[in-house]
Amino acid sequence: MSVAFSDAARSELERIRSRYPDREAAILPALHLAQREFGYVSDEAIVYLADLLGFAPARIEGVATFYTMYNRKPVGKYHVQICRNISCSLLGAEHLIEHVSKKLGVRPGETTPDGKFTLTAVECLGSCGTAPVMQVNDDYHESLTEEKIDALLDRLP
Amino acid sequence: METVLTTHFANEQYRHADTYLQFGGYEALRKALAGPRERIVDEVKKANLRGRGGAGFPAGVKWGFLPKDLSRPRVLVINADEGEPGTFKDRQIMGKAPHLLLEGIAIASYAMSIHLSYIYIRGEFIREARIVEEAVAEAYARGFFGKNILGSGFDLEVSVHRGAGAYICGEETSLINSLEGKRGWPRIKPPFPASVGAFGLPTIVNNVETIADVPWIVTHGGEKFAALGVEKNGGTRLIGVSGPVNRPGVYELPAGVLLREIIYTHAGGLKDGRQLKAVIPGGSSTPVLRPDEIDVTYDIESMAKIGTMAGSGGVIVIPEGTCMVRALHVLMNFYAHESCGQCTPCREGTGWLSKIVGRIENGQGREGDLELVLDVCDNMMGRTICPLADAAVMPAQSFLWKFRDEFEYHIKVQKCPFGNKF
Ligand SMILES: Cc1cc2nc3c(=O)[nH]c(=O)nc-3n(C[C@H](O)[C@H](O)[C@H](O)COP(=O)(O)O)c2cc1C
Ligand code: SF4
Ligand code: FES
Repeated sequence: MSVAFSDAARSELERIRSRYPDREAAILPALHLAQREFGYVSDEAIVYLADLLGFAPARIEGVATFYTMYNRKPVGKYHVQICRNISCSLLGAEHLIEHVSKKLGVRPGETTPDGKFTLTAVECLGSCGTAPVMQVNDDYHESLTEEKIDALLDRLP
Repeated sequence: METVLTTHFANEQYRHADTYLQFGGYEALRKALAGPRERIVDEVKKANLRGRGGAGFPAGVKWGFLPKDLSRPRVLVINADEGEPGTFKDRQIMGKAPHLLLEGIAIASYAMSIHLSYIYIRGEFIREARIVEEAVAEAYARGFFGKNILGSGFDLEVSVHRGAGAYICGEETSLINSLEGKRGWPRIKPPFPASVGAFGLPTIVNNVETIADVPWIVTHGGEKFAALGVEKNGGTRLIGVSGPVNRPGVYELPAGVLLREIIYTHAGGLKDGRQLKAVIPGGSSTPVLRPDEIDVTYDIESMAKIGTMAGSGGVIVIPEGTCMVRALHVLMNFYAHESCGQCTPCREGTGWLSKIVGRIENGQGREGDLELVLDVCDNMMGRTICPLADAAVMPAQSFLWKFRDEFEYHIKVQKCPFGNKF
């Protein structure tokens, strides 16, 4: 299966490239774009970007695998990322992760069979003052309780 | 109390240029552009502005490390990676007052004859990156960025660069590699970024808060800023308090505030009448303190005197009833996860620390494990390319030194007396 950017993404990439003195610097933004366009960074996406940016696929792949935010496998429609670091743990994050794990029937790192949710335990999200915290796709949800999480997840279409 | 950064945080409109301008925004830039560059550097030096990213290096001195030769362009990179657990202040500046940062960038760039600047924002801060991008567009539209800024003849291009999830990218040379489109591997120093940094050009990396302080310094003068703090540590600090306190959050306080006051007065003390067991005072890497050690002022020198650091301003409050072995295990898992793997002592050492502390917590600790932990620490400290290894060692050693009986008890009874969960 081959992939390709939309016209909008292509022109965004051109804008991005113009901001750097070096074409290599566009790799991270291009990977973000690819993830937005294709849902995840597939092998095809890597080959496509390599071609587009003029680097060997291995170079793009080496970057993509270094950073946790680039999903090399498909993730659910909702990527539920719960912080397990110290400030969140002190306020019960471990129980919340267990709760969500039971609720969705998957362990951290797994996706529900219907492809709706992926659950991940992540490191500090930089929002420790409103711990416990989780990120669902682009959005932060803060000062969580089991009830808040239930209400939120049940509401997602 | 005088505030430098948070004065208008409650005003939701303050993140927009129009509102920022109504409250005197970009006047400091106008003032700066009207005078010589050296004057700004002098004021920043007089201000005793210490880097707010963790190491506390004097900003004015760092700026002076740039080569005198202006023939090669130079770069200003803003470190908005904010990854140190317990730290959540730069997010506030970006979300609530992005123009403070942008005005600071324009002034600092002018002062250092820099025409190219990047704001490196951690990947997860999608909302903040959007707000900053909008603010950057506003700054361009109003002539604060771009060509011939406010008719001064000074040019500056500024853009946002998003990270993609990696704590190590907060380390400045890793951040530079990441900006260049590479894996975030820290670089061996020297050369220091001020001579060879981003794209091979002389580069200054400063934290968001450090640069956001600059407009105030230009407006009010370095001496006034210095006077807000203590002798060698000028100004206020954004201090984040997290853990089970009544009012967790970010507080802007003079650098000389007492740690006890931060916890008990500003953050309202512990929730539900719980007692204090320990404090990690300046982000997860800083050595832990016992309750009898918190009558200390929160400035860099005073904290160093008692063997810890104000670091990145993240106060993590640990209540009585918390298992310190478990708390350390959470931290060691983090450093093991985030080691970039370039240096053997760090790659292996962080893995070992998480494994040994984990087995102690799970009731499988062995005799000699504590000596082993300290031995691993000795083999890591100061032996690596970047300070991430040290950042893991400091909590490990201090937890063991100050709460040793708890570790010993785990090994002796072969289980966690606190029931394994927070
Ligand atoms: C492992 C590691 C992580 C770091 N993370 C950050 C960070 O998230 N934000 C930051 O500003 N500085 C961070 N630093 C410090 C930077 O390397 C650098 O000292 C700082 O950005 C300089 O800015 P300042 O002088 O204004 O503080 C980190 C350092 C290390 C060793
Ligand atoms: S100390 Fe650790 S994080 Fe730093 S460069 Fe070495 S392996 Fe990487
Ligand atoms: S520890 Fe969870 S957001 Fe920082």
